[in-house]
Amino acid sequence: MSHPSDSPVTAPTPARTTPSSAPPLRLRLLPMGDAALLVETDGIDSVLALAAVLAPLAHTGEGIWAEVDDLVPAARTLLVVARPTTDLDELARVLLRAARGASVGAGTSEQRVVEIPVVYGGPDLAEVAALTGLAPDEVVVAHTGTEWRVGFGGFAPGFAYLVGGDPRLTVARRAEPRTRVPAGSVGLAGEFSGIYPRESPGGWQLIGTTDVVLWDTDRQPPALLSPGTTVRFVEAGR
Amino acid sequence: MTRSVEIIEPGPLTLVQDLGRVGHLAVGVGRSGAADVGAYLLGGRLLGNVRGVAALEVTLGGLCLRACGDVLVCLTGAHAPGHVGGRPVPHAAPFTIRDGQELALGMPSSGLRTYVSFRGGLAMPEVLGSLASDTMSGLGPEPVRAGQVLEIGRRTEGFPHVDVAAVPPPTGGPVELAVLPGPRIDWFARPQALAETPWCVSGRSDRKGIRLEGDPIGRHTRWRDAELPSEGMVRGAIQVPPNGQPVLFLNDHPVTGGYPVIGVVRTADVDRAAQLQPGQQVRLRWEQK
Repeated sequence: MSHPSDSPVTAPTPARTTPSSAPPLRLRLLPMGDAALLVETDGIDSVLALAAVLAPLAHTGEGIWAEVDDLVPAARTLLVVARPTTDLDELARVLLRAARGASVGAGTSEQRVVEIPVVYGGPDLAEVAALTGLAPDEVVVAHTGTEWRVGFGGFAPGFAYLVGGDPRLTVARRAEPRTRVPAGSVGLAGEFSGIYPRESPGGWQLIGTTDVVLWDTDRQPPALLSPGTTVRFVEAGR
Repeated sequence: MTRSVEIIEPGPLTLVQDLGRVGHLAVGVGRSGAADVGAYLLGGRLLGNVRGVAALEVTLGGLCLRACGDVLVCLTGAHAPGHVGGRPVPHAAPFTIRDGQELALGMPSSGLRTYVSFRGGLAMPEVLGSLASDTMSGLGPEPVRAGQVLEIGRRTEGFPHVDVAAVPPPTGGPVELAVLPGPRIDWFARPQALAETPWCVSGRSDRKGIRLEGDPIGRHTRWRDAELPSEGMVRGAIQVPPNGQPVLFLNDHPVTGGYPVIGVVRTADVDRAAQLQPGQQVRLRWEQK
């Protein structure tokens, strides 16, 4: 994937091989009106594995895939958006057949890695330390110590729910959401980490800030992070 | 010569709309676009426009604009009574506003959204391939304001139809919408209650969703305190928050949502939903596909 020069360092990681013994995904098809299907899985890893197989098909647009306009990964589901004229039974058959090729852990040949420099010390860093039983320093070490991955978007253009971080960082949202969270705020909520692409109201626990621009309509692509992207937080100060 | 229109009064809410943005849901950008797609497309068709060029979506009338150069226009959707130079103009039929003349739209007695299409479409810089004003993400043109000059483009194919399209105005009476079972219908104790209740359109409805007021829809005991991980949403989805008052999603709906979807309105019926005025009655009818 091409990338603009003003964005953070990205580097391809070596291709991961598909374990031949990987079990097939367990999928459940749910109805979502006359123009979409909702595919339920057992979790975000399966969602991303499924999306990795279906996205290229939707992109090349052969056969019934020409009628698929969009895929929406979420925590446990993948929404497949087609058209009111689409034969959803046929799409379901084709989709399930294609999904047989998907398995958790199968990576695409090149995984994007984005480094996000963060100045730690947000207004909730002490609160997160108290909630997790860690020292503030240890919160920073935990946040930078593991690679995160974009699970899914939503909420605002360019916002990414990051998964796969240090499980000790699981914290509840703030009881009282803030009416204004500045753009670039780095936060935690539940098992997720995330970065506010623009100023907005929000209830996440804020532990730092970054200068990285997550959304720029004039950039191609406008979103820095998209589902599947690996994110590495780097301490840039405190 | 470049033709344009100058906005004298925008009315309560006038937005630039087209068919919306496709393919950006995964990064949090919804489709947006004209809420009553059928009415919007009809206007462009009657004018001989390229399919999908931008028009104005006028909510509850009140728009007044002045033509710079002779401008061929067409009104579709809600019947907002229109006048040019004190004379009434037709609905769903093209007419010309002469250079310097003003078009003024009154408030529609029924229906919510009137589309003002221009021959050649509106010419503005696109955002992600669309001119739709997305009230959720903030992408696309800002709401139209007084003093703004909108340039008319040249994206036509063929000639305008001179005849009138015989389309009935949106009704002000009760509206029935067909609903297909949604992904979380099993979360509700009595899904049939959705079809039994006469629903009333709340005044807090907008392009994101229509809030329906009536007897609350109760959850199945098994799911009473369950939390649904957010999942992808569609236009027409009926989400039921814990207060039991359904929300019918329109074009600027959130990309993902965390409340269970009990049913999804048929695509063909969502256009009629988009014309519902606050206070109007709605009946929902279950349908199998």
